[in-house]
Amino acid sequence: MPDGGAFHPRVSDEQRLMKLALGGAATFLLLGLILPLGWLFARAFQDASGGFVGFANFAEYVATPSLAVSAWNSLWTAALTTLLVVPAAFTYAYALTRSRMPGKPVFRAVMLLPVLAPSLLPALALVYLFGNQGMLRGLLMGESLYGPIGIIMAQVFYCFPHAALILCVALSGADGRLYEAAAALKAGRGRIFLTVTLPGARGGLISAAVVVFTLVVTDFGIPKVIGGQFPVLATEVYKQVVGQQNFNMGAVVGLVLLLPAVGAFLLDQWARRRQGGFLSGRAVPLEPKPRPARDLPLLGFCTLVAALLLLVVGLAAWGSFIRFWPWNLSLTLDNYDFNRFDSAGWGSLWTSVRMAAMAALIGTALIFVVAWMFERGRVAGPLPRVVGFATAIPLAVPGLVLGLAYILFFNDPWNPLGFLYGTLAILVLNSLVHFYTVCHLAAVTAIRQLDPEFEAVSASLKVPLWVTFTRVTLPICLPAILEIFVYLFVNAMATVSAVIFLYGPDTKPASVAVVHMEEAGQISAAAAMAVAILMVNVALKALHLAMAGRVERWTQAWRLR
Amino acid sequence: MDLAARAVAAGIYLTVQDVTKRFGRFVALDRVSLDIREGEFVSFLGPSGCGKTTLLRAIAGLDPPSEGRIVQAGRDITHLPPGERDFGIVFQSYALFPNLDMRANIGYGLRGPAWPRAKAAARVEQLIAMVGLEEHARKYPAQLSGGQQQRVALARALANHPGLLLLDEPLSALDATVRARLRTEIRALQKALGVTTIMVTHDQEEALSVSDRIVVMREGRIEQIGTPEEVYRRPASAFVAGFVGRTGSFRAEVEHPHAATPRLRAGPVSLAATAAASLSPGEAARAFIRPEDVRLGDDALGHEGAFQAVVTGVEFLGPVCRVHLLAEGVALEAELPSGDIGKLGLGHTARLWVAVPAERIMTYPDA
Ligand SMILES: Nc1ncnc2c1ncn2[C@@H]1O[C@H](COP(=O)(O)OP(=O)(O)O)[C@@H](O)[C@H]1O
Ligand SMILES: [Mg+2]
Repeated sequence: MPDGGAFHPRVSDEQRLMKLALGGAATFLLLGLILPLGWLFARAFQDASGGFVGFANFAEYVATPSLAVSAWNSLWTAALTTLLVVPAAFTYAYALTRSRMPGKPVFRAVMLLPVLAPSLLPALALVYLFGNQGMLRGLLMGESLYGPIGIIMAQVFYCFPHAALILCVALSGADGRLYEAAAALKAGRGRIFLTVTLPGARGGLISAAVVVFTLVVTDFGIPKVIGGQFPVLATEVYKQVVGQQNFNMGAVVGLVLLLPAVGAFLLDQWARRRQGGFLSGRAVPLEPKPRPARDLPLLGFCTLVAALLLLVVGLAAWGSFIRFWPWNLSLTLDNYDFNRFDSAGWGSLWTSVRMAAMAALIGTALIFVVAWMFERGRVAGPLPRVVGFATAIPLAVPGLVLGLAYILFFNDPWNPLGFLYGTLAILVLNSLVHFYTVCHLAAVTAIRQLDPEFEAVSASLKVPLWVTFTRVTLPICLPAILEIFVYLFVNAMATVSAVIFLYGPDTKPASVAVVHMEEAGQISAAAAMAVAILMVNVALKALHLAMAGRVERWTQAWRLR
Repeated sequence: MDLAARAVAAGIYLTVQDVTKRFGRFVALDRVSLDIREGEFVSFLGPSGCGKTTLLRAIAGLDPPSEGRIVQAGRDITHLPPGERDFGIVFQSYALFPNLDMRANIGYGLRGPAWPRAKAAARVEQLIAMVGLEEHARKYPAQLSGGQQQRVALARALANHPGLLLLDEPLSALDATVRARLRTEIRALQKALGVTTIMVTHDQEEALSVSDRIVVMREGRIEQIGTPEEVYRRPASAFVAGFVGRTGSFRAEVEHPHAATPRLRAGPVSLAATAAASLSPGEAARAFIRPEDVRLGDDALGHEGAFQAVVTGVEFLGPVCRVHLLAEGVALEAELPSGDIGKLGLGHTARLWVAVPAERIMTYPDA
């Protein structure tokens, strides 16, 4: 060979910059995700003073009856919730995507309402209905709401939209030609449903089940408010860490909490791989035809579900204006005078808004640019694979576990980053990392719709990569970028479990204030704060919808034929 | 004198020397070498997956080779990133920017100090006129037909006067009639501009009709480099004979290779074949015969070594008909003007005389 041995293609400055930036992203994920989780893992094998004790903590865990019971409780409530939610969500999604029932946009909007609220909101509504002073208490036939009954009812409401959203996506990607082929082969409706519709949605069904199961196992807000003396894993971690300051046992429970989440995640990945290639690129969208025998029952079902969802949200809203439930039902704004109930007052809502806005701003920019470099940077070496792996992890890590990992990692005396603890910055970092995967996947999906040769064309025309990024990639992906922004904001506003360990005296988020006010027995004030969170999110979502049309006209004119 | 200087002296614009490309263990290009002269139109032709695109991308610097050297206009560009090379490229998908209208697409690379606004605008109008799309300048790519999109991509690639034009299956997404028209347009434009051009294609008719020279590739290696005439008339290997142009082929055994007229024997049929001289007696061979070289009926009777065959089928192709023949186990195809079918009385199972000129039988050792 002419240059005798080593063969080094020259790297352009752009490529070098790209590699540097991707290295920065990898460092960020290392500090904000891998190291804290690694430290959580390490702490599970240490005693309080940091000495290595092997599996002693795990042995103690197994030997402590209350802890083992909490694991079992988490599992069976999650399984039962999944069994209740997935069929209902499937029917709802089927009606939205495969029928010609009227009012679909309304049903879709109502379905999204619980996503915008903290998980505590349905729990508070149930307290109004079935609590010790509830108006429908008799329906429980002497059973107490506080326990598995309340947990499962609240989780069903909270998880429903998440499952329905996934199933809507799975069902809307149908290839009309498959149905025409099946009909041409004289298959009956039942047979078509069993042989075309269900297999086509199988991946979505598994995903939905996995998401619901994981949400229930790892949710902290609902069992905290409505769980009573019924121990589950999420509340047990909190008790170990915040109540007994037993960080090592907290780490053990955190790892146990990670197990079902990781298992569910792997199952989902497996199902996705098996699903591959069902839809071809040339699929013809399915246009359902009107059929009253199908559309009317579905309309009835959706009306019932939507009414229940509205009832729950409306009840919480109404309760927040009630003077003294259930004895004095006159309306008042007193419950919104948060200074009376919580030292942070309205400040906690402002903290939440700032945290959510920063997480959304920084997160959207960071996640989109990293996704673009990951997809289009053509950076050589192992770096892209490292980043790809790290971005997938947050989906499998419950917010509570990530928060726990953060408190252990950033609060440790040796950590030079310890100054972050209790600041707004750590809340922002935590929210951003916690919701990273979903946003990364959305960004990647948007970027993959662009021709893979755009960057090559730019290079051949001697146009710098960043020009093509700003002139072509960004405008085309703007709708997806807005979606990511709204997703980050709304979730950061509503999350409890990701931040419950991390706030400081000056940085208590509104969702934590809800938990505190409920703990202090001020149900109406807690409901008021939950409603305030919901209203902020609804306002942002409405702004998004109003803007989306404009943005569409402005950046997507080229889509018109 | 080093490689680059020698190449320039010989009027060679682009030299690819011993280029190898590996994807992991898989060898996509295996020591590929070729020279392209200034202003030449060269096609890379081969079946799908043979490495044509990989070679093109190596030349463009998009996927640098694992080994070897590439010299363009006297400059070793092997290690240069694509942005520092001098080429325009049209991809199979065109890769037009969907959110920019046609003007913005064509003028995309016309920026920086070399292209003040007025000069760039004038150049864009010139290019639009060159590809004949004046009425559509305000449209977005999605509003253009496939053929129009193709021309926009071509204009964009040529905007900055590149020294080398690379086309990766530029016509494969179009329907047959548009394809035939556009390929002559591309060739005329290339001739007028004198730009050295490489076109990747898997369509042998396309390659034959527009190229100065054709590079026939197979499994990461070059099988033959030659003019369309050479590649068609004197294929360097059995693969090229079978891939380029339509041929009938059969196995045969070499007889008397050193006689004045060497012969091939296939079953009871024995044919005079000049090309068999290069093989050894008794060697197994594969013979290829172009349909237009087969003489039928009275034409055949005049030839030495004419034999009888049965018609097994006739395909009507418009101006010509293709006749499938079987002579004692040897299958042949012949092509003749449609008008002659009636004259010869060619029905199914008709028997007739067949002959092939000895110099038109292409013979290769049977692998
Ligand atoms: N990035 C890649 N990674 C691995 N294999 C590749 C890659 N690009 C191409 N190949 C393989 O190299 C071979 C040649 O590909 P290509 O040059 O695209 O063929 P074609 O002649 O059809 O253009 C194919 O077998 C292809 O699968
Ligand atoms: Mg190709």
